[in-house]
Amino acid sequence: MRKHRIGQILYIIVCFTFFYLPILVTMIYSFNSSKSLTKFESFSLRWYENLFTSHDIMYAVWVSVSIAFLATIVSTILGTLTSIGLSKNRKILKEIIINVNNVPIMNPDIVTAIGLMILFSSIHMEKGYLTMLLAHIVFCTPYVITSVYPKVRGLDPNLANAAMDLGATPFQALTKVILPMLKEGIYAGVLLAFTMSFDDFVISYFVTGNGVSNISIIVYNMTKRTNPTINALSTIVILVIAITLILVNVIPNVAKRRKEHKSVT
Amino acid sequence: MKHYVKMVWPYVIWAALIIVLPLLLIILYSVTKNGNELVNIQFTLENFKRMTEPVYMAVFIKSFELGILSVVICLILGYLLAYFIAGFQEKVQNLLILLVTIPMWINTLLRTYAWISLLSDNGLINSFLEMIGLQPLNMMYTDFAVLIGLVSDLLPFMVIPIHTSLCKIDQSLIEASMDLGANRFQTFWRVTFKLSIPGVLNGVIMTFLLSISTFVIPKLLGGGQYTLIGNLIENQFISIGDWNFGSAISVILAIIILVSITLMKRIDKDEIEEE
Repeated sequence: MRKHRIGQILYIIVCFTFFYLPILVTMIYSFNSSKSLTKFESFSLRWYENLFTSHDIMYAVWVSVSIAFLATIVSTILGTLTSIGLSKNRKILKEIIINVNNVPIMNPDIVTAIGLMILFSSIHMEKGYLTMLLAHIVFCTPYVITSVYPKVRGLDPNLANAAMDLGATPFQALTKVILPMLKEGIYAGVLLAFTMSFDDFVISYFVTGNGVSNISIIVYNMTKRTNPTINALSTIVILVIAITLILVNVIPNVAKRRKEHKSVT
Repeated sequence: MKHYVKMVWPYVIWAALIIVLPLLLIILYSVTKNGNELVNIQFTLENFKRMTEPVYMAVFIKSFELGILSVVICLILGYLLAYFIAGFQEKVQNLLILLVTIPMWINTLLRTYAWISLLSDNGLINSFLEMIGLQPLNMMYTDFAVLIGLVSDLLPFMVIPIHTSLCKIDQSLIEASMDLGANRFQTFWRVTFKLSIPGVLNGVIMTFLLSISTFVIPKLLGGGQYTLIGNLIENQFISIGDWNFGSAISVILAIIILVSITLMKRIDKDEIEEE
């Protein structure tokens, strides 16, 4: 049994090396003073300086972050309301909505992208920030619905009715009773929507114009030559994501343990 | 809950305008010709006929080969990884799964870019090979580079669903199988693997969907000449401007994926019914 374990651990280490080696190399070489990708000459923050003084890159960061925020807010509200409305709807309508909702998830990004590109140009909408935002809402909302809807189905409908019998308005019943019970699903939806939006390249690439680029597009355009400034950008993005993910995973555990601890003492 | 039924209408209207309408537009473009204006449409099947030309068939075949190859590699590597991870205590498992998911959250473009510095002719792998006295390899702009990029991008999508299915398996079933005289291999093949099929299918569907339609990874790691279905569509829309032909290719791509997903879901159902 023990022998088995050593082989398994080795295999897991090899896989993780495969995942993390490129990321690690990027991070190390972002501190390299020369442009070389193989020789580490000396420690320098030169590429970080380049990064923060580059107007184009900073604008792309702003576009990525602001679109991810706005798209997450809109798609979370839209997706949550739709999920709640869906559960007691007529069967036919429910099935149609769920199937249409699966289209942006199942369709390859590139097909969704050109569909939107054709749509925006046939109504003569100028391509830029707004088209990118709309497109992001298109592909984020289905993920919110797929995370929230199963939770809505698990709800006891009597609770909302009880609240209303006791004098709550439908709006109060919604905000005070239903939404708090859907918390977990909504959080999952928010997380998914934000990362989907932040990570997107294909759809943004096809629906943008007028020099509006997000991080992915700017990286795509910069990779024609090796450019250590991208390494600096990667390092920052990776650190932010890793810290957020670790916090999201650790905080609930710590909180839980504290609660348990309190209830024991 | 009846009070909230009306809340679906904004999404119904939104979905009709911005999910369904674009699909119809793609289909319309694929069966018409003459440019990007809808004023003077002429119906034609020319676009689909053009796809049977050897140049384009070669692109389709290449995409399929690469897609299937990367799915198979991901399946083998991913199943082993998920299986080994599932053997640990729950706390360690959670940590390992978190480590598998972190790369998924990092921008694909940035991760693919990172491979360039490793694989390029004067990159790290080659300087390492030189150091230990071996011939440097030409890896960038080859199938190998594209496969490495695809597998590292897709592997987590295989590991997660398989791990989830493996965790759901009731341990007493495995013990029962051993007690009833099956050896480790029989137990694995006839109990564990069989019960993990839903996860395997989910993983296969996800990775196939992503690999067959990719165009960033082949472009960055395969170079400008490297053409898969995704690149073909991109060229039609971005550089050549033949939206009609581009739409026709997209329709075929969407159909291929729809058919494969339906087929795979059917396998799933058959498996369940068998039991």
